[in-house]
Amino acid sequence: MKNKKINLSAGILSVVASLICIVIGLIVGIIILYCINAGQAMDGFIRIVKGGFYLMPKGLGSVISQTAPLIMTGLSVAFAFKTGLFNIGAAGQYTLGALGALYFALVLHAPWWLCLIAAMAFGAIWGAIPGLFKAYFNVNEVITAIMFNWIGLYAVNEIIYKGTIGDMYDLKTTKTYTLRSVAPGSVIPDCGLNGIFSTKSTTIAIFIAIVLAIIVYIVINKTTFGYELKACGHNKEAAKYAGINDKRNVVLSMTIAGALAGIGAGLFYLSGVAEWNPQVNTALPAMGFNGIPVALLALSNPVGVIFAAFFVSHITVGGGYLSTKYFQPEIADVIIAVIIYLCAFVMLFKGFVLKMISSKIKDTANANAETEDDGKGEA
Amino acid sequence: MGNDSNYIIEMLNITKEFPGIKANDNITLQLRKGEIHALLGENGAGKSTLMSILFGLYQPTSGMIKKNGKEVKINNPNDANDLNIGMVHQHFKLVECFSVLDNIILGIEPTQGLFLSKAGAREKVVSLSDRYGLKIDPDALISDITVGMQQRTEILKMLYRDNEVLIFDEPTAVLTPQEIEELMKIMKNLAKEGKSILFITHKLNEIMETSDRCTILRKGKYIGTVDIKDTTKEELSRMMVGRNVNFKVDKKPAKPAETVLKVENMTVPSKMHKNNAVKNVSFNVRRGEIVCLAGIDGNGQTEFVYALTGLEKMTGGKIIFDGKDITGASIRERSKGGMSHIPEDRHKHGLVLEYTLEQNMVLQRYWDTEFQQGGFIKPGAVREFSERLIKQYDVRSGQGPITITRSMSGGNQQKAIIAREIDKAPDLLVAVQPTRGLDVGAIEYIHSQLVAQRDNGKAVLLVSLELDEVMNVSDRILVMYEGEIVGQLYPEKTTVEELGLYMAGAKKDDVPAEIK
Repeated sequence: MKNKKINLSAGILSVVASLICIVIGLIVGIIILYCINAGQAMDGFIRIVKGGFYLMPKGLGSVISQTAPLIMTGLSVAFAFKTGLFNIGAAGQYTLGALGALYFALVLHAPWWLCLIAAMAFGAIWGAIPGLFKAYFNVNEVITAIMFNWIGLYAVNEIIYKGTIGDMYDLKTTKTYTLRSVAPGSVIPDCGLNGIFSTKSTTIAIFIAIVLAIIVYIVINKTTFGYELKACGHNKEAAKYAGINDKRNVVLSMTIAGALAGIGAGLFYLSGVAEWNPQVNTALPAMGFNGIPVALLALSNPVGVIFAAFFVSHITVGGGYLSTKYFQPEIADVIIAVIIYLCAFVMLFKGFVLKMISSKIKDTANANAETEDDGKGEA
Repeated sequence: MGNDSNYIIEMLNITKEFPGIKANDNITLQLRKGEIHALLGENGAGKSTLMSILFGLYQPTSGMIKKNGKEVKINNPNDANDLNIGMVHQHFKLVECFSVLDNIILGIEPTQGLFLSKAGAREKVVSLSDRYGLKIDPDALISDITVGMQQRTEILKMLYRDNEVLIFDEPTAVLTPQEIEELMKIMKNLAKEGKSILFITHKLNEIMETSDRCTILRKGKYIGTVDIKDTTKEELSRMMVGRNVNFKVDKKPAKPAETVLKVENMTVPSKMHKNNAVKNVSFNVRRGEIVCLAGIDGNGQTEFVYALTGLEKMTGGKIIFDGKDITGASIRERSKGGMSHIPEDRHKHGLVLEYTLEQNMVLQRYWDTEFQQGGFIKPGAVREFSERLIKQYDVRSGQGPITITRSMSGGNQQKAIIAREIDKAPDLLVAVQPTRGLDVGAIEYIHSQLVAQRDNGKAVLLVSLELDEVMNVSDRILVMYEGEIVGQLYPEKTTVEELGLYMAGAKKDDVPAEIK
């Protein structure tokens, strides 16, 4: 009984910590709004907080269609975190995933599920490369991943623009062809969701993402593979001692992380949320980077990623509803950035909450420790 | 208790409660100026908690701390530093990627303008190091040096800060006999110079040799403070454990059978210098015997064990295990083939500290069909297995199988590793310093387990730095010096002094290390 209680509190603690940083983020947001235009601040703030609910049902529909890919990039980062790796390359893997999905859809006219698998494979390859460098040449995965983000972005832009591997670029719109007109079979089915939300791009992608999140949760927590990955992440030397092939696990972990990010791009472009624009897309897709705060906010828990992704999409969409008459459209991005920035502090808040509220739980643990382990442990 | 002004530190009626546990129950400890005061107790007796209170890591639930008769509040280690209280922790607090010198000056770096000026610091460190015989290389990285040298760095850190009250938390656990003797001398010198020393240890011999007085704790309670000159080892151990302790290991003569392990001309390169750490080493281990690899820390034992268990590659030689050549085999293959390894550093290799106790219990076997099916871990089987081990090997923890391993005491962490490794029923058990940092009760238990392995017809290769352990437990002793085996001795035919000479490199035989 006693044990259960402590575990439960620890879980609640994580949620409380995440909520605290959201609240502080919102408070900072409202202060910024007041500084810019005090009169309209409250209205603007309400629009942000209401998010997708501000414009029902369309808003909610667009929150949902943006959440699906965000869950995937969040999972990508969270999965790598579990193995002690920082996958800052989710953006590049997402870009390659987009190419895979669009190529199979616009050129090969493959069914949507095949396009999704292609997106996954393209992302996986882009994730595997930093993994290989890390495992066999001890090159920090962050450096390789950042380089491959840019290599990926410009390569994909070039390939789509020039039509190297097939005609995907529509000169009239300066974007890739609209999926629904060129390859309707490649669009992820919506099963009536578009009708409910009166949108064009709310598909079952969200359910695919949620199911994948649950699968990732099971893999990490219930399988020997997850056991190995976490052992490598926590203590590489002990993993080696236990006969775990740490090099193989580093490569596998990055490959899977890349695959997850690739699927994210697939879910986004195959739902027809937007088209790829090689002339405008000279910055890496934000969806890839937003996976990082999502993973942080969720404390790398795959199920938590679902909720964190929903929240981030929610305020992103809400920010879009800010009245441009009183606020520059970029202000929305600033406020979102502040909240996302604060997400990075979630661990700090967790420690803070631990100290303030639940000092009792901590004391029990420390009593057992007899303090002998303070040193290496808490560092 | 005499005049107050005699005491530099007084901890009066200290109680520290954690929910469910009284880690310290009304404990009084008074440290006189210039004395060496030992603090004795089993693992989990509350010594570390008491010292953490003195060092500002914990606040007492009740009680008072006085320095020089004046009440002080020590809220954090910085306060302790300001009061000139220094501590060498059992688990070192060093920055792995910094050099020895950088670690020593860390926090009080001498500067010139905006720049570090290490020349003066280096001089001071080198002179301290010479003066106290604490051999170090100021420019070596912490991650590259042995546990013994890391400890010396910690001690130098305190000396460098000119602390008055020095807390040694089991400082000798990792030192060689010669080094321990030197350290004892150092401690006595320090005391003579007016420093006051609190000496936490399990080792009664050391207390008898160095200390003036000794305070004994048992299960969080204060048992008593005695003058060492009026007491005996037996009395101390009775006060500590609450019963009589058997210092001799009970064992019948060994009956060695066929060879299990044959090492031929093993050569392993060193990571610290250009020479080989292990040079052309050959020997064998047979079923039913405990072979001890003795030697001073840093003479190639660590590298030898790494190569034997597969953690490092060897550059020359062969390993034959159970008749098979396993020279190129992976760690997993060796483990599956019947080799168990109790590692030297339980935090580095032995445990994933973030994992629960039950997860660590299956660290070497999670892949076994007993614990997994189609890649899914069987939580029931893991729980059942770890509960059995916990019971059988008396591994104590706050929450049983689901305790986070980091929160367990060092002794119980070690017991968990020993349970895991012995329960594999290995043909060869490689035990590296298995009793490091444990109390006499736990040591007695672990030694009896090693002997039981032997009596079951298994082979045991014990790597130890402790002379008592070497002499009491082993059936055959191989002494390693500078990467070579310099002597083969039998405990019943040799003396501690002779063994010491071999370990120090003063004596060397051309040993036919292989015995048919």
